[in-house]
Amino acid sequence: MQEVTSIFVKSIFIDNMVFAYFLGMCSYLAVSRTVKTSVGLGIAVIFVLGITVPVNYLIHEFLLGPGALSWLGPSFTDVNLNFLTFIVFIAVIASMVQLVEMIIEKFSPALYNSLGIFLPLIAVNCAILGGSLFMQEREYHSIAEATSFGLGSGVGWFIAIVGIAAIREKIRYSNVPAPLRGLGITYIITGLMGIAFMMFMGIKI
Amino acid sequence: MSAEVKERDPLFSPKNRKLLSTPLNRDNPITVQVLGVCSALAVTAKLEPSVVLALSVVFVLGVGNVLISLLRKTIAPRIRIIVQLTVIATLVILVDQFLLAFAYDVSKQLSVFVGLIITNCIIMGRFEAFGMANKPWPSFLDGIGNALGYGWILIVVGFFRELLGSGTVWGYPVFEKIGLYNWGYENNGMMILPPMALIVVGIIIWVQRSRVRDLIEEN
Repeated sequence: MQEVTSIFVKSIFIDNMVFAYFLGMCSYLAVSRTVKTSVGLGIAVIFVLGITVPVNYLIHEFLLGPGALSWLGPSFTDVNLNFLTFIVFIAVIASMVQLVEMIIEKFSPALYNSLGIFLPLIAVNCAILGGSLFMQEREYHSIAEATSFGLGSGVGWFIAIVGIAAIREKIRYSNVPAPLRGLGITYIITGLMGIAFMMFMGIKI
Repeated sequence: MSAEVKERDPLFSPKNRKLLSTPLNRDNPITVQVLGVCSALAVTAKLEPSVVLALSVVFVLGVGNVLISLLRKTIAPRIRIIVQLTVIATLVILVDQFLLAFAYDVSKQLSVFVGLIITNCIIMGRFEAFGMANKPWPSFLDGIGNALGYGWILIVVGFFRELLGSGTVWGYPVFEKIGLYNWGYENNGMMILPPMALIVVGIIIWVQRSRVRDLIEEN
């Protein structure tokens, strides 16, 4: 249990998707103009990461990893389907996003109206595939750990995009040098936020 | 090589040359279109992985754009995203297996970022915006042009971060050979850390937009 919470906190602050690995930067830069939309996108990312990482964990554990097929019989222990990882993960993500979209549309039209436009965008958000690939690379031991990593990364991404959106709303009133306006200053602010987040490095829970 | 072809090949009409050259500066994927930033920055702490990733993207985007362009009449619009993803994923698997076989060290350094070429928005973006609507040859040029526009930013960032952060270029200790350390120079360890990649790109944008004035945005 302690391990699980530690992974959660670590993936929010220390291994933050945006500041430490630059994942999901495209939508991070494009959708962070106002706080309202960035909250919507952030929640959608938490949602999708929380679902796709555990699903891909199961697929890695029982289908793709080295020796993962041994439950089929002793002759399958040597089979290693690892080279299929990318194509399977991206297919899982694309179909999960589609599925989530349909389920939300059916059961909660209000939520669908606020998240709906963001969900298709998210299928090609690097943070989602990155989450699954990091999960595979770091070899988590149980589905609980994988889920807490997925949710934690989502929350970290949420914090990052809401933070930058709030700053961008305020910076409109500042006198930024003309060539830096818009994109340039956003990069630099993100860099400074990243330096601030590095304070969390080395914290153990 | 391309200069040779240019002289006798009418395929390089001014219009086609433009496809190749605008993404390098005026319509750069990273600094203007804001595509493909995701995987771009994390690998740039050293020059070598930056160059390898840039070349991988050139391959995937060049070949992929041609494939999509050849398939454009057969792809039903409703399922185009999944077809595009399949094409990209196949090409990326080829690159990944190639790197694992011939450049294992670099492949380990790049870790998940080779896989992340799949969700690199620049690739989907070009497929959608160009490959789906144009003939194979212009698509090829557009793909290569955009990938090079992406690549040179990567390489410039990688060069400065490695030079200032570790005092080396492609592993060769430049500053040590010049004898800079004897004068009391110290490497700036900050440059190796991830946030500095963003700040270096910010500065590149600053320089570019001071030169190309009409790219300046409203606040």
